[in-house]
Amino acid sequence: MNAFIPREGTLEAAVKAAQERQLPLSEIFLDRETQASGRPREELCALMRTRIAVMRHSLQRGLGSPQRSRSGLVDGGAHRLMQASGDGQGLLGPAFTKLLAAALAIAEVNACMGRIVAAPTAGSCGVMPSAIFTVAEEKGISEEALVRAFFTAGGIGLVIEKLASLSGAEGGCQAEVGSASAMAAGGIVEMLGGTPEQVCAAVSFSLANVMGLICDPVMGLVEEPCVRRNALGAMNAVASAEMALAGIPSLFKADKVIETMGKVGRRLPEEFRETARGGLALLQPEFDKS
Amino acid sequence: MEALSLSKGGRMGIFDVIGPVMVGPSSSHTAGAVRIGLFARRLLNAEPVRADIGLHGSFAATGEGHGTPLALLAGLLGLNPDDERVPLSSTLAGERGLAYQFETEDLGEVHPNSVCLRLESAQSALEIHASSVGGGRIKIWNIDGFAVNLDGEYPTVLLIYPDRPGAVAVVSAILANATINIATLKAHRTERGGQALMAVQLDEVPPMGVIDSLRHLPHFEQVRFIPALGFGG
Repeated sequence: MNAFIPREGTLEAAVKAAQERQLPLSEIFLDRETQASGRPREELCALMRTRIAVMRHSLQRGLGSPQRSRSGLVDGGAHRLMQASGDGQGLLGPAFTKLLAAALAIAEVNACMGRIVAAPTAGSCGVMPSAIFTVAEEKGISEEALVRAFFTAGGIGLVIEKLASLSGAEGGCQAEVGSASAMAAGGIVEMLGGTPEQVCAAVSFSLANVMGLICDPVMGLVEEPCVRRNALGAMNAVASAEMALAGIPSLFKADKVIETMGKVGRRLPEEFRETARGGLALLQPEFDKS
Repeated sequence: MEALSLSKGGRMGIFDVIGPVMVGPSSSHTAGAVRIGLFARRLLNAEPVRADIGLHGSFAATGEGHGTPLALLAGLLGLNPDDERVPLSSTLAGERGLAYQFETEDLGEVHPNSVCLRLESAQSALEIHASSVGGGRIKIWNIDGFAVNLDGEYPTVLLIYPDRPGAVAVVSAILANATINIATLKAHRTERGGQALMAVQLDEVPPMGVIDSLRHLPHFEQVRFIPALGFGG
């Protein structure tokens, strides 16, 4: 009998390579990217650092002043949250407030035509930076480990793109915010010294937690409920990472959960795939248009 | 602009899923719209002074809230999708002397995110039809009445000429001589013996000498070169 060879481009294949070479998943993904792009790893790491710098810049902008969108649907939510509970009076303490505010802030900057990093999409751009930055800050993680976490996240994103979809029009919100949560959760697990299997468990939990989440943008805009779904994604990522790091096992292989998310997405009626013809998009929003 | 993202041939890389850097809110309605404008500007190859823009489908329905008109203008003014001046492009257009007008236009059974741009510079005019097909990727499907299929991701040569035998052979010979590989080559004509347009997407940037030698040939009335767009930051 031949030894089992996992399908290329799956998480299973990446985990196998990581185990054989005694390396973290980020190294496997970075290696692959070096080969595929023909660029040296220093250059790729430098490019990742510039992406991270843009994310930090969006975050500062979103927290620094109330963001108000052209439609008026987004009206300074992150700023308001920090005003109300930024002094540590939030329900679960300062770190949790910071996590929520960061996710809202970056998503609001996007809604207001500010500069962001699509991660993996513009609509879900707040999830990964808020979750990874907030945990890194709480745990005193080095900049180098933070950069590696984004390579782990990116590698996971590529697997999801291959086995399912990263597009709300194809798979609903689960494919955007769900995928962003899975990418962030995997990055966080590696950043805190978790094993490749624990990374996979975090991916599985994140996607399972929001399986079937529809994309129902009010007025067809990337604002409501998208901005707060970014906060949901950030919470989902941190919760999934913490559960995986505790050693709670996933009952399913991560690749299978990803494929299942893709199948569920394809079976979602078109009304729930970014067309603004179903879900919350059918409600009349009540807001201050002035 | 650096073109690391979205490697040719469709293979996605890590910087496609952590990237591109762009001005929000939507890769299709904003980033893709900037890239369409930018492609049109490069094809016009001059400062546009007038733009009549027809928005189709979802571009017309939700374009305003997504900043699609601002994004198209920004591209026409030469801004990249990650330029923070994209939301200020209507002011910028005023400063640069670009008169513009937007209307809703039905372009038929095409992608919902489609647009028709009618442009004028001091010397020339151009009409292109394009769609933003997702993730900031674009498809240019009509130039001055000729059907084309371009994505802006390759250095591209466009040649306009009276339809007669030999044009394709001449172009491929000159490119072969310069050892430039052709990614795609498509020729379309209005009718047999009418006007023809050949669109050649190249794997690498040709030396300017190659474009010049094509321009010197008697076969072609117009030879235009459009550099690859890339995806920004």
